[in-house]
Amino acid sequence: MVKIKPNVAVSESGFLFNPANGESYSLNPVGTRIFGFLKEGKSYEEIRDSFMREYTVDHDSFERDYDDFVNMLKQYNLTERDEEEV
Amino acid sequence: MKKKYNIGVTGLNAIDSPGPGIAVIRGLREAASFDVRIIGLAYESLEPGIYMHDHVDKTYHIPYPSTGTDLLLQRLEYVHQQEKLDLIIPNFDAELYSFIKLSDQLNKLGIKIFLPTLKQFEERQKFNLPDFGKKYDLFVPRSKPVFAVNDLYKLDEIDFPYLVKGKYYDASIVYNTDQAKSAFNKISAKWGLPIIIQEFIHGTEYNVTGLGDGKGNTISAVPMRKQYITDKGKAWGGISIADKDMLELTDKFISQTKWKGGFELELMKNSKNEFYILEINPRIPAWVYLAVGVGQNIPEALVNLAMGEEVKPFTRFDVGKMFIRYAYDMIVDIKEFEQISTVGEL
Amino acid sequence: MEKQRYERPVIKKLETNMPNKFGTQTELAPKTHIDNVPVKKLIEEFGSPLFVVSEQTIRKTFAKAKKAFTTRYPKVQFAWSYKTNYQNAICNVFHQEGSWAEVVSGFEYEKALRNGVDGKKIIFNGPDKTVDDLKLAIENDSLLHIDHLDELYTIIELAGNGGKKPKVAIRVNMDTGVYPMWDRFGFNYENGQAWDALNKIMRSNKLELVGLHTHIGTFMLSANAYSVAAYKLAELALGIQKKYSHEIKYIDMGGGFASKNTLKGAYMPGTDTNPTFDDFAEAITSALINSDFKPDKLPLLILETGRALIDDAGYLLGTVISNKRLADGKRTTILDIGVNLMFTSFWYDHKVTPAQPFSHYTENTVLYGPLCMNIDVIRENANLPLLNKGEHVVVHSVGAYNMTQWMQFITLRPNIVMIDEKATPHLIREKETLDSLMSYEKVPEHLKKFDL
Repeated sequence: MVKIKPNVAVSESGFLFNPANGESYSLNPVGTRIFGFLKEGKSYEEIRDSFMREYTVDHDSFERDYDDFVNMLKQYNLTERDEEEV
Repeated sequence: MKKKYNIGVTGLNAIDSPGPGIAVIRGLREAASFDVRIIGLAYESLEPGIYMHDHVDKTYHIPYPSTGTDLLLQRLEYVHQQEKLDLIIPNFDAELYSFIKLSDQLNKLGIKIFLPTLKQFEERQKFNLPDFGKKYDLFVPRSKPVFAVNDLYKLDEIDFPYLVKGKYYDASIVYNTDQAKSAFNKISAKWGLPIIIQEFIHGTEYNVTGLGDGKGNTISAVPMRKQYITDKGKAWGGISIADKDMLELTDKFISQTKWKGGFELELMKNSKNEFYILEINPRIPAWVYLAVGVGQNIPEALVNLAMGEEVKPFTRFDVGKMFIRYAYDMIVDIKEFEQISTVGEL
Repeated sequence: MEKQRYERPVIKKLETNMPNKFGTQTELAPKTHIDNVPVKKLIEEFGSPLFVVSEQTIRKTFAKAKKAFTTRYPKVQFAWSYKTNYQNAICNVFHQEGSWAEVVSGFEYEKALRNGVDGKKIIFNGPDKTVDDLKLAIENDSLLHIDHLDELYTIIELAGNGGKKPKVAIRVNMDTGVYPMWDRFGFNYENGQAWDALNKIMRSNKLELVGLHTHIGTFMLSANAYSVAAYKLAELALGIQKKYSHEIKYIDMGGGFASKNTLKGAYMPGTDTNPTFDDFAEAITSALINSDFKPDKLPLLILETGRALIDDAGYLLGTVISNKRLADGKRTTILDIGVNLMFTSFWYDHKVTPAQPFSHYTENTVLYGPLCMNIDVIRENANLPLLNKGEHVVVHSVGAYNMTQWMQFITLRPNIVMIDEKATPHLIREKETLDSLMSYEKVPEHLKKFDL
């Protein structure tokens, strides 16, 4: 599961500040939403299902975009390093 | 009661290679003839002026000129709806063309612009400077546009050392053909063709800032000698001087071209005491506050001209006054940065 | 509850740069309809990719160009440059608007004849006219614009065989202060070649010298160069008058007017900086009017501008095949539009807009075509809204050259549709099929069989 670093938060406007390294980011509404879910500790399946209910998107597309987004979060060092991840 | 104008100002990048915005605003805030509300127009979220709330009342992001005048106009219309702009003073070289193009449309909205005409703007471009000199009988360095490396062998009139200049920016001084070729390749890769080969004038550099009313009259002219130059070639300190020749040259420049708006002349005085015009910047320079400080408030006069008021030419200024620039650290909360970055307004 | 429009999630690092001189390009408004026809419907009906031509835009642009010249000069004639776009439907719109035909090969010449253009109203340019081409053109009283001396001698020889007197002009090249100088076509003005050719024509007594022609370059960003060129042609014409008491009928200023596209590397968009028809018209007509022609003896002014008349009327519609991230994290989007269809992407930063609404979030994206070739790049750097797979894009201002210089390479050439002024789309060129392609091929008998 993807865990967001505890001291990172996103504002309603999609502005994200990482106090650990001073970088700032901007997220679009879908990104902000996913980030919020991850922050709440929701699983991929939960996030996907709520997107399926609310947005015009299919499973495959969402999964691909989600993976790409999470990869970017990792690349930007906004997630906890997952020890179990192989 | 004094009139109050809402004035949009760009060039809020008060950094080590500063835009003129903050200096212009200081002039406007000290104006005796009117009060102002200053609307900052910024391209980037870290332009210091955005956060200088005692200078700038409110700032809006505007799109880069390279996105086209349509988008710029749309954004300015939005800003106008919020702020009822009376006037915009653009201060960036790269945006002047767009604002000149938009001046009619802005005028229709009730927003005044006081800039040179497109013809004046184009004539003084670096690659047109020789024709400009000929037409108005002003000394300019000999120069020649060059389109191919081989043409560097055909510069009969220009001797080493000379300057290899990009169409808009960049310049190197070269002493032989090998250096010239290397500079040609480097600069053309960045700025395209043509490359301008310009005679190197030995001498002392001077600057004049001033204001023309568009009818041939000099409203203001203040000569300055740079005293300290940063590694980027910008004046960090300078002193106002009295030089009759320079003022006469400025009068000639203005009356011949009927220059409209603020400007800066970059001059070189050679050993025969002749002044050459190296460059004409078609806008107010960043050191304009020196002019304000010695008694010629160019930004104020420019606003009055733009608003159609009668403006009497300045007749005197204090000689021997210096400007010394300094850097200053502001403390800003990230909330403000967030606001300008995400909403585009602060 | 209605579902919200999905847009792929994006996180963008805020770059805290000082204003740099090169801002990024954003193309903000979606292009959902072309002349009131939904892009989506066009693609459903005619496939993707798809070239779409707006008849209304052609006619409007033509009217603008015509007005620019006719309000400044008494006698003006346009000739449609076939090579720019020789789809018959498009040529005929120009012919309906009164344009003659300007062709540069035997095949284009015959195309113009078949479109129903009177031979007298066809201008034949170019360095490669075969003897048969020349014979046919002489027979039809077409206007032959001579490019080199060998051609001049051939025409004199053909004229010697009795029959009609060929109507000729020479193409003149000259220094107009722009770079590069196009001195490979025609006869040079400054070094006397042009006079040499004119003397040969006049002394032969076998040809009728009707005009003078020049074509100073392509995508000209300076209107002033045309003024220099027009002045020099006027000087030549007046010189002929003086020397031979012969009046030429027309001055043909060729084409080369820039369209509103943005050249790669340009800082400002072409829509803001490129000269307008009025700029070009002012430069050319004032040079002619201010020359020593008597006011009632001004020659006919012919214009062969192609690009500036058709570029804006052409769109290329495409579809997103995939979004992909490069090894360095850079976002890329693969479209079904390749450089094989859009030759002009080598020199323009074409405007590309999504065909559906989007939010203001953008990402810097490389746009690739579908070819397995590294050069297949439509835009190196476009700040684009977030496109989903299967969504459509519209590439703007592709009307000039793409529908003639396109290549059958890896993919087949797609349909071309013209939308008429009543918003009805018409198929004007059918897409290629494997059959159409293979109908040209012959396989020798011994190569027909193999075992694998």
